[in-house]
Amino acid sequence: MSTEVSGRAAPAAEAAPRPPGAGDGRPRQAPPRRRRGRRLGPGRPIPFAWAIGPLLLLAIWSVGSAAGWIDERNLSAPWDVLATARELIEDGRLQEHLAASTERALTGLVFGVGIGLLLALVAGLSRLGEGIIDGPVQIKRSIPSLALIPLLILWFGIGESMKVITITLGVLVPIYIHTHHGLRSIDSRYVELAETLRLSRRGFLRHVVLPGALPGFLLGLRFAVTSAWLSLVVVEQVNATSGIGYMMELARTYGQTDVILVGLVVYGLLGLISDGLVRLAQRKALTWQRTLAD
Amino acid sequence: MATHPGGLTAAPAVRITSLVREFAGRRVLDELDLEIAPDEFVALIGRSGSGKSTLLRVLADIDREVTGYAELTAPENVSVVFQDARLLPWKRVVDNVALGLPGPGAVERARTALAEVGLAGREAAWPVELSGGEQQRVALARSLVREPELLLADEPFGALDALTRLRMHALLRRLCARHRPAVLLVTHDVDEAIALADRVVVLDDGRIAADLRVELPAPRRPGTASYAALRDRLLTLLGLDPALDGLPEEDGFPEPPDGRGGSTEASATRPEPAREARA
Repeated sequence: MSTEVSGRAAPAAEAAPRPPGAGDGRPRQAPPRRRRGRRLGPGRPIPFAWAIGPLLLLAIWSVGSAAGWIDERNLSAPWDVLATARELIEDGRLQEHLAASTERALTGLVFGVGIGLLLALVAGLSRLGEGIIDGPVQIKRSIPSLALIPLLILWFGIGESMKVITITLGVLVPIYIHTHHGLRSIDSRYVELAETLRLSRRGFLRHVVLPGALPGFLLGLRFAVTSAWLSLVVVEQVNATSGIGYMMELARTYGQTDVILVGLVVYGLLGLISDGLVRLAQRKALTWQRTLAD
Repeated sequence: MATHPGGLTAAPAVRITSLVREFAGRRVLDELDLEIAPDEFVALIGRSGSGKSTLLRVLADIDREVTGYAELTAPENVSVVFQDARLLPWKRVVDNVALGLPGPGAVERARTALAEVGLAGREAAWPVELSGGEQQRVALARSLVREPELLLADEPFGALDALTRLRMHALLRRLCARHRPAVLLVTHDVDEAIALADRVVVLDDGRIAADLRVELPAPRRPGTASYAALRDRLLTLLGLDPALDGLPEEDGFPEPPDGRGGSTEASATRPEPAREARA
């Protein structure tokens, strides 16, 4: 192997072979040359890699509480939070609030996804529809939905409908933006193909448009789910009488950091679980894609 | 691939007279006339920009802005094979072939077509899992399962490597012999045109510069004198000097150093049908 390398590097020196140590001018040896092909992808997946960060945070929190670095009044210890959570579950309060919150978030999500999808389809499939719909949604996009709350309270009062509408508005925008983008970026060559195959308008929608826009829609759904929980947190602190946010608001007035933390953990878990579900749906629905994530 | 000595007596599959297509005032097709007999294989060659693909798009009915024509007759059942296989990435191979097929048994017919192009067993694969040649075979199956009266192919093998291309030639020849559609094959490869076609039409500046019947004995070997004469003639019509050495690179087939030997191509072509037939 090494003679081959030196032979290639200095063909003129073939007649006078050098001793092995004399190759100082050529620092590269045979084995390192093999390693020059660098992997550009993220590499092989690590099992349970997603758990590393959260567990690390939990560990810091536990150590900090046990060592007394963290004041009980600012942040309860993890075990206290756990005990409080058990109490709340045992007397049924947590379930009650959770059900109220989930119902709100889901209702808003369903309305938001439905409306966002409909708007995206109309705007994506007709130029007139795009002219009518795209502008207003882009304007809405630049206004945070939470900034609309004062206006929504004036219009719809402080009841349940205001809360659901706020969530709906927050969900609608990412669904619309990503689905519309997905629709618009369907390769025009596929449209041409559909024409040569004489697909009907319905067949074209079913076989080309909808599956083509699915990756965009699912990406939008991930943002939408996050947005739904985010809006939920805010609306539940506006004159609510149920829900995780109300439970936390109440705990604040009594200075119960452990209850607040239970609420935070529940919010976090809800976000994590729902995002996981959407990602699962993504993986199931998009097996035909080969991406860096796989 | 039947040759039609009296092709014009039968009703032609395609009849075009005085076809004009302009793009922003520039005439790409200029009063073009063309007839293709049923089950005739016509290769359309020409320099890039000569209007080959434009003509094909008109026949495929995906060109909505034809400037004018006196007559434009094409069969109802037309099928197109594009240069890229153009498979829908979100559909499995068999569903790509069955796409838009009417009636029950569409999937079953798609399976049969896939077996015909040697892809039995790959029905459930995703298009990304196939090689370029396999994808193009799926595209061929998708076209042929529709039993087209006219098969339009726009440089279908242009993106494939030389060896796969030869294999595809054999496959296409076999499939056309069985299904007997009229074929219009757009290509820039003179050897491909000679290997496959009954007739070679040379397009230049939107007009037909030459219309030659290929009357070579069945195994069209590049080594023979009549093959070489036809090849030289076509190259000359395309504005190239056949004597120039750099030529073969133009059509993608490097020739042996002694120029006209061609024995490697011939030996590469021969075993192909047998290999495909077994698949």
